[in-house]
Amino acid sequence: MGKQLTDSPVVGPGTLSARRLTTGRVLAPVLVGVLGLLLWQLLVGVFGISSYLLPAPTAIFAEANRAFEHIWSAALITGWNSLAGLVAGTLLGVFFAALAAASKSANAMVNPLVAALAVIPIVALAPILNTMFGSTQFPRQAIAALASFVPVFVSTLRGLRQTNPELRDLMHTYAATPIQIFFTITLPTAVPYVFTGVRLASSLAVISALVAEYFGGPRGGLGGIISTAAASSQYPRAWAYVLASIVLGLMFYLTTLLLEWLANRSRRAAAG
Amino acid sequence: MTTPDTAGSTTPAPEAAAPTAVQATNVEKVFSTSSGQVHALSDVSLTVAPGEFVSLIGPSGCGKSTLMRLIADLEAPTGGQLSVFGKSPDRARRDQDYGIAFQKAGLLPWRTVADNVGLPLQLHKSSTADRKARVAELLEMVGLADFADRHPDQLSGGMQQRVAIARSLAEKPRLLLMDEPFGALDEMTRERMQTELLRICAETSATVVFVTHSIPEAVYLSDRVVVMSPRPGRIAEVIDMKLQSTDERTDELREDTSYFDMITAVRESLHGRSGQGGTQGSGRTSTGHGVENR
Ligand SMILES: Nc1ncnc2c1ncn2[C@@H]1O[C@H](COP(=O)(O)OP(=O)(O)OP(=O)(O)O)[C@@H](O)[C@H]1O
Ligand SMILES: [Mg+2]
Repeated sequence: MGKQLTDSPVVGPGTLSARRLTTGRVLAPVLVGVLGLLLWQLLVGVFGISSYLLPAPTAIFAEANRAFEHIWSAALITGWNSLAGLVAGTLLGVFFAALAAASKSANAMVNPLVAALAVIPIVALAPILNTMFGSTQFPRQAIAALASFVPVFVSTLRGLRQTNPELRDLMHTYAATPIQIFFTITLPTAVPYVFTGVRLASSLAVISALVAEYFGGPRGGLGGIISTAAASSQYPRAWAYVLASIVLGLMFYLTTLLLEWLANRSRRAAAG
Repeated sequence: MTTPDTAGSTTPAPEAAAPTAVQATNVEKVFSTSSGQVHALSDVSLTVAPGEFVSLIGPSGCGKSTLMRLIADLEAPTGGQLSVFGKSPDRARRDQDYGIAFQKAGLLPWRTVADNVGLPLQLHKSSTADRKARVAELLEMVGLADFADRHPDQLSGGMQQRVAIARSLAEKPRLLLMDEPFGALDEMTRERMQTELLRICAETSATVVFVTHSIPEAVYLSDRVVVMSPRPGRIAEVIDMKLQSTDERTDELREDTSYFDMITAVRESLHGRSGQGGTQGSGRTSTGHGVENR
């Protein structure tokens, strides 16, 4: 595996405390967001940037409110595609990481594959998959899965290799079976890393599922509507759906962040 | 890996009825690393009788931990023979003949103190009730009863070491391997743990191989002190502690002249080993347990 892959910004487990979860990771971005919106409103209102090109936030919120039901059903489609992709990508990532950790030859086979996947811009496959699978949601889910796979794989594999050698020695002195070793030390060590991978993958899953909709296939998802609205110059509408995409991405991110935090906590608490 | 499997083939003297606890004969250990070979142990011969308390002492890097890891079957010797209770180290490990406390505590951070102590019992499928009772007893003994539900990261280094000691005693092993177990303890706790360890050994008649950097500790605890020298690691001298039996030692011994004499003997051996054993430490004898003075 390339150096870049292993050095990817995987946040190590244990750096996550309850306080940092709230102040550092949630409050700060929210603050930046609110300030940005105020500035935006000011720019549009005071400096008179054409509301045709850049609608004021108030106009966007009004549109979002008006078309709420449509937006909701579009978000469900894109959200479902992202979730299906994220889950499939996670399962594949964990499976292949376990394989790579278990055997050297499997590692030698899987690693180039993952390195290739990591450098391919996966949405670039969208037009191809769309023509291959026609008018289904499958290409989007597949793309989200491929995008999620890489961070989950990298992070899980790293976690499976973190097992403390002293604990290995200890288990050896107990003449523990491989299964006992896996469940007693290898897995508990790796679990927080799996969830870190899932958190990193969550945003990627949403982004890829959404962007994949730009390249044809059935309309109705957030990405599809953004591209049609923009093409027909309905900017407040396009922006309202962009807003919904941001909310969707945030929801995925925060949910997985919470999962990661819980995993870190129960890893310590659930000693059974 | 090359150690013989059966008891008979290891002991050249067949009349030795009770098998020795640990028998090392001309043991060699060479580590091959990318930067060359490290000769960690050279021609180490040592016999530890059942129930005996033997300390290993010597400068850092002289191979104390390596010898312990060989006995525990965590490394294989590159030469010579090693047997534990007349069996190969591998067999002894599979039979769970020994308990070990490493130089570093080596606790599972996601488990509570109680679950760390109970780990070997859990792995070896003892009943939950038995395990609970035994863990409570052990925690009481190392003075951590109030910390049973804490996690290791909430304990001081010395407390973590005590958890590891309790864990090594969990299955009442007949051989205890302890690698500087009291290194991180304050002097008072350390003396208390030493006395406690002697009591446990008397109770269970366990054999102990004990690594330490403290001369007084080695003297207070041991029947014999093995002085090692580095590069390559070898046994320089084995010194009999001419003191009362370890079962009868109490804190009063720490103020006894015989105790100080023994400390002097070990110190002189450690410092003056270049003078080919020419120093006259009182009561010092080079015993014939397959040990060579070089
Ligand atoms: N796995 C290993 N690979 C290579 N060299 C090793 C290995 N383990 C130990 N050594 C080398 O063997 C020698 C003895 O090491 P060992 O850990 O047994 O020393 P020690 O007497 O326990 O020292 P200390 O008192 O500092 O714990 C050292 O030179 C060390 O570098
Ligand atoms: Mg050591």
